[in-house]
Amino acid sequence: MGLCKYSRLLGGVAIAAAAIGLLGGTAMAATELTVYTAVEAEDLKKYAERFNADHPDIKINWVRDSTGIVTAKLLAEKNNPQADVIWGLAATSLLLFKGEGMLEPYAPKGLDALDAKFRDKASPPSWVGMDAWVASICYNTVEAGKAKLPLPTSWKDLLNPVYKGHIIMPNPNSSGTGFLDVSSWLQIFGEDEGWKYMDGLHENISRYTHSGSKPCKLAASGETAIGISFAFRGAKSKAAGAPLEIVIPSEGIGWDMEATAIVKGSKKMDAAKTLVDWSITKKANEMYNEGYAVVAMPGVAKPVEHFPPSVAEKMIDNDFEWAASNRGRILAEWQKRYDSKSDAK
Amino acid sequence: MASQAQAVAAPALAVQPKLSRDDRIMRGFIVLVGVWMVIAVVLPLYFMLSKSLEDRAGDFVGLVNYAQYFSTPALFYSIGNSLTIAAISTVITISLAFIYAYALTRSCMAGKGAFRVVAMVPLLAPSLLPAISFVYLFGNQGIIKGLLGDNTIYGPIGIVMGEVFYTFPHALMILIVALATADGRLYEAAVSLRAGPVRTFFTVTLPGIKYGLISAVFVVFTLVITDFGIPKVIGGQYNVLATDIYKQVIGQQNFQMGAVVSVVLLIPAVLAFVADRIIQGKQTSALTSSSVAYAPKPRRSYDLAMTGYCALIGFLILGIIGMAAYASFVQFWPYNLNLVLKNYDFDVMDGGGWASFTNSLRLAAYTAVFGTAIIFTGAYMVEKARGFGAVRGAIQFLCILPMAVPGMVLGLAYIFFFNHPDNPLNFIYGTMAILVICTITHFYTVSHLTAITALKQMDREFESVSSSLKVPFYKTFTRVTVPVCLPAILDVSIYLFVNAMTTVSAVIFLYSTDTALASVAALNMDDAGDIAPAAAMCMMIFYAAATVRLLHVLVTRGLARRTQAWRAR
Repeated sequence: MGLCKYSRLLGGVAIAAAAIGLLGGTAMAATELTVYTAVEAEDLKKYAERFNADHPDIKINWVRDSTGIVTAKLLAEKNNPQADVIWGLAATSLLLFKGEGMLEPYAPKGLDALDAKFRDKASPPSWVGMDAWVASICYNTVEAGKAKLPLPTSWKDLLNPVYKGHIIMPNPNSSGTGFLDVSSWLQIFGEDEGWKYMDGLHENISRYTHSGSKPCKLAASGETAIGISFAFRGAKSKAAGAPLEIVIPSEGIGWDMEATAIVKGSKKMDAAKTLVDWSITKKANEMYNEGYAVVAMPGVAKPVEHFPPSVAEKMIDNDFEWAASNRGRILAEWQKRYDSKSDAK
Repeated sequence: MASQAQAVAAPALAVQPKLSRDDRIMRGFIVLVGVWMVIAVVLPLYFMLSKSLEDRAGDFVGLVNYAQYFSTPALFYSIGNSLTIAAISTVITISLAFIYAYALTRSCMAGKGAFRVVAMVPLLAPSLLPAISFVYLFGNQGIIKGLLGDNTIYGPIGIVMGEVFYTFPHALMILIVALATADGRLYEAAVSLRAGPVRTFFTVTLPGIKYGLISAVFVVFTLVITDFGIPKVIGGQYNVLATDIYKQVIGQQNFQMGAVVSVVLLIPAVLAFVADRIIQGKQTSALTSSSVAYAPKPRRSYDLAMTGYCALIGFLILGIIGMAAYASFVQFWPYNLNLVLKNYDFDVMDGGGWASFTNSLRLAAYTAVFGTAIIFTGAYMVEKARGFGAVRGAIQFLCILPMAVPGMVLGLAYIFFFNHPDNPLNFIYGTMAILVICTITHFYTVSHLTAITALKQMDREFESVSSSLKVPFYKTFTRVTVPVCLPAILDVSIYLFVNAMTTVSAVIFLYSTDTALASVAALNMDDAGDIAPAAAMCMMIFYAAATVRLLHVLVTRGLARRTQAWRAR
């Protein structure tokens, strides 16, 4: 009898010890999430700190690069995904991943508070939006003054022959921002008018760049007077001291959003869901608003320094599905019209 | 040791037994090198390039993608552009580098050591650095843009200038090795036969360095045609094959068309390999065991002219670096030229801060140590083993292949291969190890050719003599070959070190949270519009590489006194 009791006691102790060990283990060792992103690196520390203030038990391991590189990397890793969560990548890329079956649909807590534009239409959604980045014209006041170039206020203004050789824009075949511009013109002006517009614009373009932020950066350093780029970059360069005017053309502007999604096959689903839940909270949206003028949760956004105030109302009703499904056709047409000429100098 | 000696001695009674023991060991090594090349080069490339025969869903479609490629003028025009740029850059680089190498090896000018160091400077900088400099020098706000007249730097002119700067040390490294070792007796014979300098040049000098010269041409041509960094930053919209791959893969996520362009890019490498085999068959070694090292005699005006030439080239190189150094302190180019230090405060900027700099140093050190051991041993086995011709030929080809593979293609290929769920090597994915393997592979060819050039100049007689003296080959290897080739071995290790510091295109796909790299950080800072901090990070990479390079010079000098005395005689 005594022996039996003794062994039962021993067993109980062992189970208790194991349980304590397990609990202790989870409480001590934070879950590590691998998060792929294209968010500005200087903001990543802030994003992780704010998230950890609410969830100290989840450690974020960032893998950050430009949109094109991160997108290519995720696609190449498709058969054996390394990322748990994508937080801060163009919705256009996420649409592509959704089509490839790479995303885990999930309806985060508080989804209804988001503007309907800022989520995947499916239910549950495969991705949810964070903030919008919008096209704009970066106009260097010093260089434009030297060349006597008037301040453009619309896309059509850029057709004025006075701008010949003074405009730089991204090549849509290399850059998502470039494609954003082209697809927005086709949506604003209609297909025929849109191509006609680009035929005219092509006459004034001095060159097409491979990077979407480059045209504005080139305008900031006076390499060109006018760069077609996006407003976020313009605001940043202006803050750094560049003599820039950021123009939101009157016809409306194309835009894309940064978005969040869970990668299918993640072994840390609970932590991933916690992160995505947090990514659409009011607190997170206020954080996005520190850099971006338009965020996913209505009513949160306050004006951002150096950003033109009219951004939100000028954003076109961008049809992402249309742009994604017609992308190949649009790029081939663009290449035929403008890229094969490019080696003629 | 005793049993080993017995084992060596025992079969010596049979007809050719000892040879076969050496041969067996060497063949064992050759198989090892072969396995390495298959894992590091063949399989990853297969996984990537086979995509050129697939559609987007991954189904086999035959040559459909190729048909599409060759029916799209915007794509196939780039072939002509790439060949033009590569040909022009090669002619300019080889001419400049040849005279420079000739001055360093065949004249008595002063300051050879310094000129040698200066010429290697472009290797120490990421390709972003000359691009930033060229924009500041020749861009629309450039301080000496008048020199270009009405031409723009953004286009073929900028690409050629950048490529010449970038490939000059590569060519120089091979040409110096080729020119450094000459048999003085041939020149004495030429003098006593009253051959003029021109005739001596064409009948003695050129034939003596033929192999090195052809290697240099091939290396420069291939480097230019596969480089993507310079055309991307400064090429404007002048399309070349390497930027087309970028457009397809990064811009449009079209891996299939990217693979097609990559295959098109591999063709020059295959052609170069065939040419290389044909010429190599005719090459005899310049240095035999009875050679007398050539020593140039002082000639005042000639030496002075050579000094002037090297000084001019050196000035241009340092000027480009100096511009970037200046750029790294400017507050906001070109509107606020105050000089500030804040651009070096990397921890508040894009790209991993100072940690990425330490990671780069680690990557460079590992790459240099392991890479040199693997590459030199491999080159020795391929060059000095007897028989086994088909395998050696195949490995030789695989050693030359990586040069023709653009870094971006290599990086993606490594994802497809090493991250494949069924790959037992999957565990190295996302670690420092995969970065090291990838970097060694990326820079294998030039290192291999340097080692081969050095080895070729050593007569096989060294091996024959040692084997007839019953010395096993590995003793000859460690006691004769390695000391004689020490300058080349050190060159290879420093080459690997600095390239690992500066490389971007392949590793950008492979680094992870804990292994962010300085060169990638610089690129991302430039992308984010922070040109001055990008220049600052480039300069940090440059200073680190330059420090190691200077140490290398000191070490080489010390070692040379001990191991290279025979050259001076």
